Amino acid sequence: MTLVEVRDLVKHYAGERRWFGLGRPRAPVRAVDGVSFEITSGKTLGLVGESGSGKTTVGRTMLRLQEPTSGTVLFEGNDVFGLDATRLRALRRRMQIVFQDPYSSLNPRMTVEETLREPLEIHGLKGAVSALLDEVGLDAAFAKRYPHELSGGQRQRVGIARALSVEPQFVVCDEPVSALDVSVQAQVLNLLADLQAKRRLTYLFIAHDLAVVRHIADDVAVMYLGKIVERAPAAEIYAQPRHPYARALLSAVPEPNPRATKRRIVLSGDIPSPAHPSSGCPFHPRCPHPKKSERCSTEAPALRPITPGHLAACHYAEEPM
Amino acid sequence: MTTAPPPVLLRVSGLKTYFVTEQGKGTARAVDDVSFDLYPGETLGIVGESGCGKTVTSLSILRLVPEPPGHILPGSLIEFEGRNLLALPAPELRAVRGNQIAMIFQEPMTSLNPVFTVGDQIAEAAIIHQHLSRSAARARAIEMLQLVGIPDPAERVDHYPHQLSGGMRQRVMIAMALVCHPKVLIADEPTTALDVTIQAQILELLDRLQSELGMAVLLITHDLGVVAGHADRVVVMYAGRVVETASTDALFERPTHPYTEGLLGAVPRIDAPRTRLHAIPGQVPAATAWPTGCRFHPRCPYAWDKCAAEEPPLLETGTPGGGGHTARCWLVTEPERRVAKR
Repeated sequence: MTLVEVRDLVKHYAGERRWFGLGRPRAPVRAVDGVSFEITSGKTLGLVGESGSGKTTVGRTMLRLQEPTSGTVLFEGNDVFGLDATRLRALRRRMQIVFQDPYSSLNPRMTVEETLREPLEIHGLKGAVSALLDEVGLDAAFAKRYPHELSGGQRQRVGIARALSVEPQFVVCDEPVSALDVSVQAQVLNLLADLQAKRRLTYLFIAHDLAVVRHIADDVAVMYLGKIVERAPAAEIYAQPRHPYARALLSAVPEPNPRATKRRIVLSGDIPSPAHPSSGCPFHPRCPHPKKSERCSTEAPALRPITPGHLAACHYAEEPM
Repeated sequence: MTTAPPPVLLRVSGLKTYFVTEQGKGTARAVDDVSFDLYPGETLGIVGESGCGKTVTSLSILRLVPEPPGHILPGSLIEFEGRNLLALPAPELRAVRGNQIAMIFQEPMTSLNPVFTVGDQIAEAAIIHQHLSRSAARARAIEMLQLVGIPDPAERVDHYPHQLSGGMRQRVMIAMALVCHPKVLIADEPTTALDVTIQAQILELLDRLQSELGMAVLLITHDLGVVAGHADRVVVMYAGRVVETASTDALFERPTHPYTEGLLGAVPRIDAPRTRLHAIPGQVPAATAWPTGCRFHPRCPYAWDKCAAEEPPLLETGTPGGGGHTARCWLVTEPERRVAKR
């Protein structure tokens, strides 16, 4: 059963005006440019991309932490963007977010207990802080501490407890482990997996690290310059990526194995600015595909099924690279 | 492997760098008796997590640790081509720093001066150390930009850092470091702030430059994947100590220290099916209060009473062809305990 559905989501940021706000506006930044996907109840969709791909904006817009430019988000069939303030607040209880940076996402003047109690009070719920702490693997003694007394991993556990305090069904995990050391990262990933199994949570797991996503996601969507360029079940996308960008991204992950013999596809150039996307396929200026042609620079490829359930936005997705 | 080892280029021996903390919270023993050798032309990886002392080690080599609060203890030795850098007078040290030993930092955003063009910043070291004229130094800067793969170098030389992307800035940092053709390049997390496709570009560039220029690289990173692909030998650090040293192949094939083993198990792998990761329980202790005995014992799955009482020295593991594979762990003397636990 589909819990969350995103249809043709668009988020453009108006360009700043030149000359201290007096001149012509710059081109708008097309942070998210027509993104669609659905997430099955109890599953995890990994949303992967590099800086500036728009992955964080998708997550924040879905929860209406930012207003969309256009598009629809359905949560159990309800249109999230059409709700008034009261009903939105009621819905917020059921969709929560864990932020990337555990250093800036906790209020330094609030104890852990105050941080965890606040959402409960807002939603008029009863809940025990100690049980929450226990669930995320923290001792009850942490309730009286302030964020500066905690390590990065402990803070992220508090961030997770805060999201879970109101018993949501859907959690956006926005790079929840990328600020953590490897050994702690593994602890937090395992915790997220355990909590998902126990509470039947549905995750949108946003990350730049394909290896991390491999350990948590059922399905994976790869974003580039505001668009999804490939979407498939996790096992399939790792075994046989179809989009040249996804192939390059996978090949660029450094493997902890000195005998690894995989062929590295090193892309040339930088990610272009989302304010000035190129015509045709957004990836064509960097694309290493041998079949790259005139068509790529004029005609934007649609996200189309290559095999059942495996979508890619490339004119030559069937061709070997 | 059996030929006589070449002369050591850079020897770090018994390095202790401590920091005095505020209000008597004690002394942070950030780097606590660290020793390793760097040979000409090789890449030595230093791996560890936040707070293990890897960055302070690299800063100590060039005496860049701010004093106070930091100080390098007497008895520490950093020997470069036979001279102890810690005992050199400032002018002589300056002749080495940035000239024969250069460094690139993690944050390309904050390590470049925003009010000078990249050309000026690259040329500065060439003017100071090699006494080039301004015009010759500018020509050298353009040459360096070309070397690190920046398109239109003659134009880019007059750009300011804010006009460049993150990957380009890191290339500029590398150009700055290499302008005097150093014998040792210290690269402190050179790709951590970069996206994975840009990281691949920069690592490939470093590999190419190393083989072209024949320098030795001290590659400091938290990423075991980066080490696996780019280092010849590895030093693993934990809690201010070296806990394991080995050739890269030996380290990944036969990780001996439980911390190394744990770290390898904790890395999410792209080539493995979806599985539960082996997390290391607990967290890195504070540098002001390292545990007694083996500093890893509170988190170690194999620890027994001896580990809490007595810290092991770096012991030879006897890995065949391991290239001096050592580990700071009592399991080396009692391997049956590891088997029992598994």
